[in-house]
Amino acid sequence: MSGDGAPGRFGLTGREQAALALFFGAMALAPLVVGDFLLSVLLIVFYFAFVGQAWNLMMGVAGQLSLGHALYVGLGAYAAAALYVHFGVPPLVGMVPAMAIAAAAGASIGFLAFRFRIGGVYFALLTIAFAEFTRILFSHIGWLGATEGFFLPVENRSDMDFVNLRGSPEMFYYILLALTGLALALVRGLMGSRLGYYWLAIREDETAAEALGINIFRTKMIAVMISAAMTALAGLVMAFYYNNLFPGDVFGMHRSIEIILAPIVGGLGTLFGPIIGAFVLGILGEGLTIALEAAGIATAGVKQLVYAVFLFAIVRFMPGGLWPFLATRLGFVRGGRK
Amino acid sequence: MTWDVVANIVIGGLLTGLVYALMALGLSVIFGVIRVVNFAHGEMTALAMYAAVLLFEGWRLDPLLSIPLVAGGLFALGYVIQRRLIEPFISRPEHEQFILLLSVAVILTNGMLIVFGPDARGVMTDYSFDSYEFGLIIVDKTKALAALGALTTALALLAFFRYARTGKAIRACADNLIGAKVVGLNVPRLYGLTFGLGAAAVGVAGCLLALVIDVMPQIGPELTLLAFIIVIVGGLGSMTGAVIGGVLIGMSEALAGLLITPSMKSMLSFALLIVVLALRPQGLFGKRAL
Repeated sequence: MSGDGAPGRFGLTGREQAALALFFGAMALAPLVVGDFLLSVLLIVFYFAFVGQAWNLMMGVAGQLSLGHALYVGLGAYAAAALYVHFGVPPLVGMVPAMAIAAAAGASIGFLAFRFRIGGVYFALLTIAFAEFTRILFSHIGWLGATEGFFLPVENRSDMDFVNLRGSPEMFYYILLALTGLALALVRGLMGSRLGYYWLAIREDETAAEALGINIFRTKMIAVMISAAMTALAGLVMAFYYNNLFPGDVFGMHRSIEIILAPIVGGLGTLFGPIIGAFVLGILGEGLTIALEAAGIATAGVKQLVYAVFLFAIVRFMPGGLWPFLATRLGFVRGGRK
Repeated sequence: MTWDVVANIVIGGLLTGLVYALMALGLSVIFGVIRVVNFAHGEMTALAMYAAVLLFEGWRLDPLLSIPLVAGGLFALGYVIQRRLIEPFISRPEHEQFILLLSVAVILTNGMLIVFGPDARGVMTDYSFDSYEFGLIIVDKTKALAALGALTTALALLAFFRYARTGKAIRACADNLIGAKVVGLNVPRLYGLTFGLGAAAVGVAGCLLALVIDVMPQIGPELTLLAFIIVIVGGLGSMTGAVIGGVLIGMSEALAGLLITPSMKSMLSFALLIVVLALRPQGLFGKRAL
């Protein structure tokens, strides 16, 4: 990982603060202006921005490549949904065990991998193996609906029951918007902390970091657990938004790949990368859907194909992602190329 | 459940496992030399399977006869992928190589979905239902032929790397890259040939797999994961490890299908992968420490 997009100081410049305030202000007002369709698109965009930030913390900041983040989405979703349906535990309370379960799963993977210094490709494969293992396992748990699916009762969508997460799309939109903002603040805070510098040191050179006395094992474990818990929270919100869960869909590898797109396209290891990436991909994806419908083409796979070509182009020609490029162009970074 | 049922299942798994092994061998060769993990391996296998199916549907060409054609095509594809796509990435960070090949994999899967549609397609030869009987043991003829083809190809590949001049040159690149450059080996060309050979192994494996199982676009990612499990269990970079890993996975999947339930058979493979990574990350036959 090159040093591109990893500024030395993580304090935001005045221009960045102004842009952020403007952006979140505009997004907070968006539901008043946009229609139902556009709102549902923005909702998905913020889901990917939030979950992308969680993945970015682990890969972009701490340098641990996970291709199995669907595991944490699914565990968070199923845990909170099962507690709600079977025991009547509201998700506002259920989020604690849901995040704990995902963090524990992340810790188990981390424990297996980091103990033996399994890194890079092997670590990525281990994360895939755990996600796939869990996918098949959940397909056989009758108590959670197995392959038939697990459903939450659909209730009045005009309610605004925040405790039970029963409400309109607007409510879910604001929740995801708030989570994206909180994740941004959290990652910014962490990146400016001692722990954040440890992560960067490990990402750049693990051996050198260890020589400096950093506890590699513990530091990497913390990254995985925070990332897993954040991802579980995203899974919980989406479970209560969609009201249905299918193991093949929730834990599927395509879900894990979706999660990594936004941060890579936007800029790995950058604070704003996941948001930029989620927006660009969201606009690209929806624009494509509309264009295909207008052209009367309804072929499955076209959208994924275009995403993959886009991903390819980014990795090939702009490996730092869009944000470092935009930041220089828009004057957020002084002195041109870093 | 009598012993002969179990024996038949195990033999069936062993024969299919040999075909898996050939596919995984391609992955192992590519990683062992170029140190790049081909994340599009299963997708390339699926492409080869489609080629075999199309040749059969179009010209009634038996998949066994279309092997040279498909293997040649896959060799060319592999060579081009290495020279055009991967070569500029050799010195890039590992995760960028990984994402590059991941994007190639997703492009291939969805390209096949768009072109061939989501339905499963297979090959039905005259001998599809024939079998050899040895007392109580019944061996499926297509599986036996596929396994024989896989074993022959694997041995030919091993012999090539052991005895042929080019094969030795490729091994030299793997053993000591700087030394190989010093003695004047054309490393980029040899890397191209290596990826081509790995892809050709996949081409043969695809033709043989088309005899045994149906092909559909979604099979690509599954085969990629299967190939990874096999080479990691056997030892990434070890050619014998890949063959033994393939047989092991083939048999364990067959047994899991019999003893537990068929839908859980790949769960056992993933569990095996997790156990191997946890206890012996270099794999059963791997030499290098991580």
